[in-house]
Amino acid sequence: MKTITDYLNSLSSGELQATRLVEQVLQRIEATRDYNCIISVAKERALQRAAAIDEARKTNKPLGRLAGIPFIAKDNFLTFGSKTTAASKMLETFEAPYQATAIERLEAEGAIMIAKANLDAFAHGGSTENSYFGPTKNPLDPSRVPGGSSGGSAAAVALAIVPFALGTDTGGSIRQPASFCGVVGLKPTYGLVSRYGVVAMASSTDTIGAIAHTADDVALVMSIIAGKDECDSTTLPERKPNLTITVATTQQLKIGIIQEYLGEATADDVKVRVRARGDDLKRLGHEVEEVTLPALDLSLAIYYVIVPAEISSNLSRYDGIKYGFRANEAKSLDEMYGLTRDQGFMAENKRRILIGNYVLSSGYYDAYYRKAQTARTILINEFAKMFEKYDVLIGPVVPTTAFGLGEHTDDPLRMYMTDLMTVAPSLAGLPAMSVPSGVGANNLPIGLQLIGPPKGEARLLTLAKQLEEFGNG
Amino acid sequence: MIDRAIFDQYEPTIGIECHVQLKTRTKLFSGADNNAREAAPNTTVSPLCFGLPGTLPVLNKEAVTLAIRAGIALNAKIAPISSFDRKHYFYPDLPKGYQITQLARPTVGEGAIDVPLKDRTFTVRITRAHIEEDAGKLTHPDSTDYSLVDLNRAGTPLIEIVSEADMHSPEEAKAYAQELYLLMTFADVTEGNLYHGNMRFDVNISVAKKGASEWGTRAEVKNLNSFKSVERAAEYEFRRQVELLEKGERVIQETRGWHDATQKTFSQRSKENAHDYRYFPEPDLPPIEITSDQIAVIAKRTPQLPPTLRAQLGEFGVELQQVHTLLMNDAANQTKHVELILVAGKAFGKEVALFAANFIINRFSALASEQIVDAPTAEQFAEAFALRSQGTLSSNAADNVLIEISGKNTDSVKNVAEQLGLLQENDLGTLEKIADDVLNDPAYAKAIADIRAGEQKILGFLVGQVMKRSQGKANPSLANQVLKQRLDIS
Repeated sequence: MKTITDYLNSLSSGELQATRLVEQVLQRIEATRDYNCIISVAKERALQRAAAIDEARKTNKPLGRLAGIPFIAKDNFLTFGSKTTAASKMLETFEAPYQATAIERLEAEGAIMIAKANLDAFAHGGSTENSYFGPTKNPLDPSRVPGGSSGGSAAAVALAIVPFALGTDTGGSIRQPASFCGVVGLKPTYGLVSRYGVVAMASSTDTIGAIAHTADDVALVMSIIAGKDECDSTTLPERKPNLTITVATTQQLKIGIIQEYLGEATADDVKVRVRARGDDLKRLGHEVEEVTLPALDLSLAIYYVIVPAEISSNLSRYDGIKYGFRANEAKSLDEMYGLTRDQGFMAENKRRILIGNYVLSSGYYDAYYRKAQTARTILINEFAKMFEKYDVLIGPVVPTTAFGLGEHTDDPLRMYMTDLMTVAPSLAGLPAMSVPSGVGANNLPIGLQLIGPPKGEARLLTLAKQLEEFGNG
Repeated sequence: MIDRAIFDQYEPTIGIECHVQLKTRTKLFSGADNNAREAAPNTTVSPLCFGLPGTLPVLNKEAVTLAIRAGIALNAKIAPISSFDRKHYFYPDLPKGYQITQLARPTVGEGAIDVPLKDRTFTVRITRAHIEEDAGKLTHPDSTDYSLVDLNRAGTPLIEIVSEADMHSPEEAKAYAQELYLLMTFADVTEGNLYHGNMRFDVNISVAKKGASEWGTRAEVKNLNSFKSVERAAEYEFRRQVELLEKGERVIQETRGWHDATQKTFSQRSKENAHDYRYFPEPDLPPIEITSDQIAVIAKRTPQLPPTLRAQLGEFGVELQQVHTLLMNDAANQTKHVELILVAGKAFGKEVALFAANFIINRFSALASEQIVDAPTAEQFAEAFALRSQGTLSSNAADNVLIEISGKNTDSVKNVAEQLGLLQENDLGTLEKIADDVLNDPAYAKAIADIRAGEQKILGFLVGQVMKRSQGKANPSLANQVLKQRLDIS
């Protein structure tokens, strides 16, 4: 598995050209088509950009920090050079007239967006099975899901198509597929990375993050995309947040293992690996204690009220009027809306719209939406109190390893249960990571979840690198 | 038909919601140009105006400043923390499927304004004024099976000013609408062009027997864009509702439209079919925080408002009706004549202020639109007034010189009057010589005889002849005096 640093070395030594690297990636995309992790390829634009970078290198022009590094973006990032579908029929033919801030920032450093990764349509799901373009397969076992919704991104990295991919995480959509595919994934503090130009799912928990092979690579990508953006009013004020990994200063951390995440719902192999990782952290000189956060029991319920509410609102714009899919057989405006949205959305999209409309409708608002917001505040406060005593909290990312394709598709509730451990940090806006931590019963990867206080990315990345270097015993 | 006496038993109760388009350079949440009046459809738009995926609203600070200024004009409380909500409904002119507005925490809270009528002043309490974005526009071309969407207006900043139901006659409703118009235009919050929809009124009206303890069921007439239609719609609804009640029927709570051609309201949507807007807090925008220092700075920069201007003009003796005309004209034409009159009054005294006010109302405002230039300066008014008082200029000549001099603020009235030959002949010797020429002209022998016989009216005819021989320069009252003297009449 080549890292960003490996590729940068090959490129700067002249051993590899950006154009050649793009061609290799395109070949690799062809070779891995069976996994269905790619929706579209921005071939021409990628080759043009690569040629320009090669030319700049030849003529000793200044190069960015990621000059010539190819990457894949989840297909809910608006990009030039290919369509932006959000894996939906609704946006099947949509070509973005502008690019997401994260894409712009990576391109400004010379990175090359080469393809768009599969996802659950509009990022609704945890298996990439809700894609209009068919499910993605897990690179480690093609009979299983890669997780989701950033399943295509995680699989593309695990398949070594590119050294890194961009994903979005609203309730676990980076961490869960990273865990299932055995790669590193970071969901940053809410507001650390601009959401501008990313198809919105739930505005108050949507975050943009990176998936790669190492903590260093994730840190490098995050340091480029993070920081205040005038186009997103919810971004944090710092223009260049410090995400430096500081392994040298082996500061002893106080780490809490979340007991609520090691209960009956969690598979034994997952528990074993998470506990083993706790021991590894102790051997690394950190203090590890068991902690309990009672409000976590509420988090799934809170999440599946607030998030569908925001989804129902954010998906209102897909009405067949201005762009995207329109059902042409309609005879009236109302019928056009109805048919367009019925045919343009997947079942899971519609399920969430219906739940969202229900919890926001007059008469139910207080019982659901308002109550969920109150409970969310309790959860946030509980985390804040915990972070007064502990530097990092740990637990599993998912209660199980990757499940089989089709295993949960008929049972939305069981599918939602896989989000059990990832939604709480999302609701609280906290940074969280999935760090590869060995394999379980079927030789399937298990991720350890690291949760930090707001803006605690550098600390999480440092710990992830320590674990990486320590190895999986 | 119902007897007038029966109508007199009832009283309407009226509240008004007014949408005011703010005159910001860019839209409420995007950098797109806010001035689309002359623009081709869908040209003053950004990705946000189209509701494209991934777009996010960024609040225009200028809009907040103007909203606060509007709040100051409404004597309203400004909320230290206000925030936005989403209001959902599907319509082709609403690109995001929701409107960003303020439900729970509006920027402008409770206030009150005094509204002048011809013979009295009454108070209307303001409930709130919230900031929101305008929708686009739909057109339905004749004999086609499609509609066209223009999103130029989508995202234009609005404030919606909600009043308490403190009005009890169509006349009061109209006066309130006019006062809001004056306050918002003088505060420089809006262009205030009603024809172009810069201010739009929704009138809520219910009727009940006078002295009744409960209000009737209200109907809301939406989207009125003139003061006259506010008054007429209120009148029409009053009669309609009284007639229903007199027939023993119920007034239903509904939204009604106004048809200008027939001067009637018509049913649009009853409450049973009302939308559930599914409001919830806008997660893409942080709350607006406003400090008292910021409010003080905005207050300091707020131009003088109609209540102050009225009081000052009143002190100079300008009559209430004239004050109203001056204010309305300034608002409509974006002129600053009231300010000019006040400057003239403060520098040169009450008479000059009145003189200037009369000139502006009677002569200047009557100019055709292509003739409109800047009004004369306060100094020019003072000079013209002095020349007139001395008799060097006739009233008419003074006005003519002022019209001629308008837009040329460096010229002296006297020089221009001289160039135009409008200065009056005040020299007695010269006038006596001309008078003698007239009196000695045999053509007027009969007229002179008639005057001597007591027909004094004919003296005017001789004055006219003096004027003619002086090429209009003779001071008419001096000419009159001289002729009387010569004819030895008193």
